[in-house]
Amino acid sequence: MKVAVLKGGRSLERGVSLRSGARVEDALGRLGHDVLALDVGVDLVARLGAEAPDVAFVAMHGVGGEDGTAQELLEILGIPFTGPGAAACARCMDKVLAKHAIREAGLPTPDWFAFNETAFRELGAADALGGLEQSLGFPLVVKPSRGGSSLGVKFAASAAEVPQALVSAFSYDSRVLLERFAGGRELAVSVLDGEALPVVEALPAEGDRYDFEARYAIGRTRFVCPAELTAEEQAAVTEVALGTYSALGCSGFARVDLILGGAGPQVLEANAIPGLTDTSLLPQAAEAAGMSFERLVERIVDLALKPAAA
Amino acid sequence: MRSSAMRDLMAITARPEVISLAGGLPDTSTFPPKSFAAQMTRIAQESAAEALQYGPTEGFEETKDCIVEVMGAEGMLVDPHDVIVTTGGQQAIDLVCKTLVDPGDVVICEAPTYPGAVPVFCSYQAEVVQVECDGEGMRIDDLEQLLGELRTAGRRPKFIYTVPSFQNPAGVTMSLERRRRLVELARLHELLVVEDNPYGLLRYGGEALPPLYQLDGGDFVIYIGTFSKILSPGIRLGWAVAPPPVMEKIVLGKQAADLCTSTLTQYFVREYFAEGRWRQYIDDLVELYRGRRDVMLEALREHFPAAASWTEPDGGLFIWATLPEYIDTGDLLAKALRADVAFVPGQAAYIDERGRNSMRLNFSGVDAGEIREGIRRIGKVIAEQVELYGALTGEPPAQARPVEPGGADVLPFRKTGEAGG
Repeated sequence: MKVAVLKGGRSLERGVSLRSGARVEDALGRLGHDVLALDVGVDLVARLGAEAPDVAFVAMHGVGGEDGTAQELLEILGIPFTGPGAAACARCMDKVLAKHAIREAGLPTPDWFAFNETAFRELGAADALGGLEQSLGFPLVVKPSRGGSSLGVKFAASAAEVPQALVSAFSYDSRVLLERFAGGRELAVSVLDGEALPVVEALPAEGDRYDFEARYAIGRTRFVCPAELTAEEQAAVTEVALGTYSALGCSGFARVDLILGGAGPQVLEANAIPGLTDTSLLPQAAEAAGMSFERLVERIVDLALKPAAA
Repeated sequence: MRSSAMRDLMAITARPEVISLAGGLPDTSTFPPKSFAAQMTRIAQESAAEALQYGPTEGFEETKDCIVEVMGAEGMLVDPHDVIVTTGGQQAIDLVCKTLVDPGDVVICEAPTYPGAVPVFCSYQAEVVQVECDGEGMRIDDLEQLLGELRTAGRRPKFIYTVPSFQNPAGVTMSLERRRRLVELARLHELLVVEDNPYGLLRYGGEALPPLYQLDGGDFVIYIGTFSKILSPGIRLGWAVAPPPVMEKIVLGKQAADLCTSTLTQYFVREYFAEGRWRQYIDDLVELYRGRRDVMLEALREHFPAAASWTEPDGGLFIWATLPEYIDTGDLLAKALRADVAFVPGQAAYIDERGRNSMRLNFSGVDAGEIREGIRRIGKVIAEQVELYGALTGEPPAQARPVEPGGADVLPFRKTGEAGG
């Protein structure tokens, strides 16, 4: 079977995507497929047209690849592809949209307020900050709405730190959110074809928060999989993760990141195209479920070719 | 933002549509292809077998003669026996560390320091301590204080690493007084100084200053040089000069690392120097880069906001700009990349969290038009951040650049823990 691996592109997470893509290509090669590696650029449509792959493995992360853009194109071209569809990708990539959908589904996610840049520049939104900060409390988290891998995510310990954190977050997107800080254990639930894989817990080294560096540098963060959870915790976490997966309309696979605190699990975000690098969480979860990386890749490809559920 | 995030962002700077002021590239398009062809042809016709063979670990005598000539041009007298030819200046840094550094050893360098040295120090598990730079290079008073503190703690630094002339990334040059004092201190405390001098011959203004190696006579100074900036980085030819006991170990390390430096490119350098035009080529480069530096300084004055400041280097390849405290240049780079322009975030030059509001700008690798446009684009994204911060805090952005006495824009670098304003 001819499998096109879509990777790279112009996203800020290009490097991670290239590492995910390379690993997937190796696995597909070992599985005996005809692999077509595509570093996504202006010739994407032409190359897909010329090569006519049977299926596209989307190994792109960040804006441009994980936000539904590439998926929309693949839908138009009629090429089956791995992971969630365009609409689900767009919802997952935009944290504000995702949080609305999660909350509407009755699932827990930390309180937040969203702003776009114009509100501050032209509508004097800064005057509302004090009240919002009081309502959310400190520390609070400032995030770009669209963006992955913790890029531009800042913690503000006091009101004085909020403007600087906002300036950083607005470097990545024209919309940002202020979110109530949720303290607790950092868990990631990978979902494959609507079923939860063993839960991964991230234990940050040196008291660091789980950030971009820790996420991709071997040895920076210790991961435990399966996470040590009580039966009740396991059930609550799984239920919330699967609820999020379906609330966002995901299919194929996705990863739901959440915090398990005193008040139970709180969903932070869902990743439509979770990383597939050596240190990524989805492959770790699959391995804990007894599934080799090849088997995982094969399963993901099979899901892409399965006729869509009605 | 951490190093791997930065590496990923830097990977994007390689896109063809991006004006990259992030590199440290000399402009090799100025080297005449015809003379390159002639030299390589001569090598092929006259010395093919030798040029394709292994060579001595220390490098060819003929290459060392060229090195002695280059160092002589800066006033240094060198015994060729003290010289080893390396695979770029970068390997010289690596070999010095390999020879001298055990895990946990203290290595002192400047703040900011050459970003490419940081991973080398870290890979040998050195404990790196950075001494602040100002407009006259490394603060030797701070260094003395640090040496005192280390002595009290019963620790001896393995060496002090410095780029005294047209420093990468800050563009500053160590004053003569500080050079003398540093060499004195090294002698007094029997400490090694590693002088990395890739840019010494690329001076665009002011008077030439003696290298540390010359002031010290080579007793306590290990010297690192390179052909990268005066000829070509692609030939990967650098060198180290060290006292015999250190050199012996460096040679062993070199043997283990790669046996010998490229024979072919050593032949090329030999041919090139034999033509006797190498000084002229440097003069041409100096004229070209001086013009580009001036264009960048002018563009900075035009496009960067009043709250920014930057160094005005007398040579080398880099300008170091510092923005208001609230701008993180790692995050700013993400925004700049959307405008198809890139720079090196300042944090790359620090081991710790400093440098977050600074950036390194290169003026040698792109032409004047691209420099102007690149600085304009960076200025625009900075202005947007400044305006946004103003809207968030109610602080009106400063209207005009404050004129300092003498008009100098050279900044004193902030010390750790010093409150920002």
